[in-house]
Amino acid sequence: MKVSQIAPLIDADTVVAGDGKKEVSSVYAGDFLSRVMGKAPADCIWLTVMANVNVAGVAVLAEIPAIVLCEGVKPDEMLVQKCLSENIALFTTQKSVYECCKLL
Amino acid sequence: MSESLKLSYTVDGGDFVSAGKASEGVKRTLKSIGIDPAVIRRIAIAMYEGEINMVIHASGGTAEIEILEDKITIVLQDKGPGIEDIEKAMQEGFTTATAAIRELGFGAGMGLPNMKRYSDELKVESTVGVGTTVYLSFNV
Repeated sequence: MKVSQIAPLIDADTVVAGDGKKEVSSVYAGDFLSRVMGKAPADCIWLTVMANVNVAGVAVLAEIPAIVLCEGVKPDEMLVQKCLSENIALFTTQKSVYECCKLL
Repeated sequence: MSESLKLSYTVDGGDFVSAGKASEGVKRTLKSIGIDPAVIRRIAIAMYEGEINMVIHASGGTAEIEILEDKITIVLQDKGPGIEDIEKAMQEGFTTATAAIRELGFGAGMGLPNMKRYSDELKVESTVGVGTTVYLSFNV
């Protein structure tokens, strides 16, 4: 699946489009940043309810091209800016982490 | 490469917004000199964990990176409170981080375990009340 194909599957709003052509190969769900860095594979879609700027920092370092903020969580402005500057896709959805896992 | 390349960073304590700058800088440098992306990912994550530890626990510190032909070494040094029980700190899930830190998504007790997981060599030297030095080495 490509990054550009994620949003419709989970009724998500696209906050930052990122690299739409980038292939994603798996999904990881989690909120503790070190857990994500320890366990999430590169090129995954990351489902979380954390919305601070460090989320983008982790995505950069762990080679995660797409972040989905679930359960209606809104990103803080610095997170949006960092996703823009690093070309990381950022989506928001009302759906739960579990629902997104099912749908993706 | 006949000579080693050295990078040096200062990490500010308590600043979670700029935390990660040093790791991201190292990542960019390694990418620009053509290091294997899988190795870069391991280095970037391990160093970020060290950087975050210094931000959380030690009011900052320094990071010295040396890029040699066959390996990359990182020395993270702080004058923080030191680690009382390194063996315990190496256990996944053990943390002394506050609730406020955990609300930011940090303090999962995975910092040193991740550094061990992603490095080829990890050495931690710490004296309570004096500070901590973490040596990381990666084969390239």
